[in-house]
Amino acid sequence: MNGDSKKIRKQGSDLSHAQRAITRRGFVLGAVGSMAAWSSPGWSATRPSSESSATELRGQHFELTVAEHRVNFTGKQRMATAVNGSVPGPTLRWREGDLVTVAVTNRLDRPTSIHWHGIRLPAEMDGVPGLSFPGIAPGERFVYRIPVLQRGSYWYHSHSGFQEQTGLYGALVVEGSRPETMPTDREHVLLLSDWTDTNPETIFSNLKEQSGYYNYHRATVGSFVHAAREQGLHAAVEQSLMWGRMNMSPSDIADVSGATYTYLLNGQTPRSNWTGLFRPGERVRLRVINGSSMTFFDFRIPGLTLTVVQADGNDVQPVEVDEFRLAPAETYDVIVQPGEDRAYTIFAQAEDRSGFARGSLAAHPGQSAAIPPMDPRPVRTMTDMGMNMASMKSMRGMKATNDTADMQMNMEDGMSKKGEIQIDRMTARPSVSTQDSSIQPLPQPGAGIHPIALPVPKIDPAHRASAPLRLGPQVDNIADGVDARLNQAGDGLDGNGRRVLTYADLRALYPGVDPRPPQREITLHLSGNMERYIWGFDGKKFSDAHPIQLALGERVRIVLVNDTMMEHPIHLHGLWSELETGYGANNPYKHTVIVKPAERVSYLVTADTPGKWAFHCHLLYHMEAGMFRVVEVA
Amino acid sequence: MKARRYPASNCLLALLVCLVVCHASATLCAQQSSMSAAMPEHRFTHILLDQFEGRTGVDSSELRWDGEAWHGGDTHRLWLKSEAFVHGATVSDGDHELLYDRPVSRFRYFDAQAGLRMDIDSDPTRAWFAVGVEGLAPYHFEFAPTLYLRNGGRVAGRIVSMEDLLLTQRWIVQPEAELNFYSQDDAPRAVGSGLSDLDAGIRLRYEITRKIAPYLGFAWNGRFGDAADFVRQSGQPVHQSSFVFGLFVWR
Repeated sequence: MNGDSKKIRKQGSDLSHAQRAITRRGFVLGAVGSMAAWSSPGWSATRPSSESSATELRGQHFELTVAEHRVNFTGKQRMATAVNGSVPGPTLRWREGDLVTVAVTNRLDRPTSIHWHGIRLPAEMDGVPGLSFPGIAPGERFVYRIPVLQRGSYWYHSHSGFQEQTGLYGALVVEGSRPETMPTDREHVLLLSDWTDTNPETIFSNLKEQSGYYNYHRATVGSFVHAAREQGLHAAVEQSLMWGRMNMSPSDIADVSGATYTYLLNGQTPRSNWTGLFRPGERVRLRVINGSSMTFFDFRIPGLTLTVVQADGNDVQPVEVDEFRLAPAETYDVIVQPGEDRAYTIFAQAEDRSGFARGSLAAHPGQSAAIPPMDPRPVRTMTDMGMNMASMKSMRGMKATNDTADMQMNMEDGMSKKGEIQIDRMTARPSVSTQDSSIQPLPQPGAGIHPIALPVPKIDPAHRASAPLRLGPQVDNIADGVDARLNQAGDGLDGNGRRVLTYADLRALYPGVDPRPPQREITLHLSGNMERYIWGFDGKKFSDAHPIQLALGERVRIVLVNDTMMEHPIHLHGLWSELETGYGANNPYKHTVIVKPAERVSYLVTADTPGKWAFHCHLLYHMEAGMFRVVEVA
Repeated sequence: MKARRYPASNCLLALLVCLVVCHASATLCAQQSSMSAAMPEHRFTHILLDQFEGRTGVDSSELRWDGEAWHGGDTHRLWLKSEAFVHGATVSDGDHELLYDRPVSRFRYFDAQAGLRMDIDSDPTRAWFAVGVEGLAPYHFEFAPTLYLRNGGRVAGRIVSMEDLLLTQRWIVQPEAELNFYSQDDAPRAVGSGLSDLDAGIRLRYEITRKIAPYLGFAWNGRFGDAADFVRQSGQPVHQSSFVFGLFVWR
């Protein structure tokens, strides 16, 4: 055991210190994979036709240029940060098994970067300036070399400053080396985003001075009178005093809203109505990607059932829904089968109902359908604050007991998983990892990919437990009544009369590849102070915190507890987040996980790729305000 | 005793110079921070004029400003506060403070502040050390009590409090009050021991944008105890009510 762990460590340092070696090895992997791809007979036959307003680039080598570009989404001309002169940037189509090279030339007057969101790759290719690479200086050309070992719908975006908000993002589709599990006749990429004419630096500064700057739904005398009529004067006064006492606002849904945002679908405003075509009766795959900086979208197409087949690039058991919520950076593939010779409205309303993105699926160009009214605006409740009846009664003592009980349950869950999966050392290696190493990045779950037996590395048991959270300048709330709420769709969705996807519906189509139970558990509290607009983990913003250390090869459970009143989409770079939805070996692999207010969510991570990885809230301004950590795998 | 006269324009000029310096240093810091790659520590600069108004009373009319500016990050900030009344060529109640500000640990919404207060106006100049807190009390009350010390063991205190009440998303009523206390009389500045003066008002503003809001309102200003006697001796009214109109503006 000890010997194994040493071996792992040694290889880890080899990998991290010798980029060329990685690339060469990646190339070998890629070559094997691509031969598999070419020899797969079904691949070209099942390649669906596709139309999108963004240019589509495919192949193994890509030339991208980042430059300022004049755009006009609102009637005013603004400068955007564009890739190859377009916002969004071109859709890139990669093939699983290829060694892809992407040369990025920076024509800006400041550094830039491109991060390949959800792609598992050597850390040096991950594109986070200051962490995994130095960034791309003005005038410089940087070549990303990426062995593509997965398939699915992803996206790319800048990780420098606020460039993601100003247009530097695009769709990234990786076609599998095998035919799709659910073949379709046609596909469309649907890339949602939020555009503002305001300089993002100014937005950030405004939020620091006045956190409700973009909230035009704050409680007023009018809303109080309305509440008093609805619930009675006593209840209205009580509610109002309760929020007032904490200096918080129940209307605090989105920090940046339609007051400044224009919501885009494939770079088109609701008015310009992006349209994707279909022939009645066709099965159409929609790759829905939320490339926005701050907006949770509630996505539906009235008149069509959405069959969810993929989440964050990983196949899931098909689930039929009417609607789903998509956090910034999440992706879902859905299949629809429009039967009639007409148009259907693609409708993605912002969670705070301050606006929507809209487009159409149409049998013929120029067709359009009615735009549905937006749903009622959600309000935060005492549940979102983490104040439930149980915690009111017995306060913290009770919470501690609950925590322990749940943890034990989680651990037992992990153990039973071990029993379910047969570990077969002989057939464990997938076709792509023919190298001798046991610490190659694990393959994505898929057809013909079997669980892999990995050694259990020895890790330092003296893991620094974080200090208990205390109220202070960086923590405005501690949720007492935290709960797993995976079977809830979220504020504004539950009970709306439609079938709405929840995380509890996500069951992986293929079993996970690492059957080991977690060796340890790392609990992180999502914390913040809305009024000061400071966000962080465990009451510490990035600049006050240390990296999270993972041993190369270890299996760890990350438990996220949200003490704030907002949803946070938490993204771990470079490694999969195996969300514990209760399906054991079939828990879904994700790269971005929403943690709802006062919710506890856990996922397992196999630290199979060395390097410094970013770990952060994918709300851009939350990240900039400190909700960011480094996860170091070594 | 004859008061030194500081024209209003000088005070305004001094304020402007301070703001420009503040802004220039902010710009410099922003450029430096963008050099450090992963997660630069952001710095911000804001300038706010809570009151920039004309007051018309029964006997007189005057100009009033009450503003502040801050520069810094989440932990360390530099504050500049300035307020005064201007009637004709006379400036009164001129109070200008330069403060270091940082959050108080264990408190969610309060900052501690310490620094220098200069009373600079048409009356004799005074310098004070200042120490106080400023922040948000429960129920969204902005609350800022400050203690001042100067030579001779003189102590002064000030409490400023205000709250925004939203009639609609853009029509906002703001009640506000400022109270000044002193340990000893200071006749040349018409300041009396105990509660010396109170300035209270209620203003209705319309936010054209968040940062530009014209307003109308009513203000009451009065002096008490010895302070009342001092102003009475100089033939000025002890208290006055006035109609106010002005601009709430920040950037």
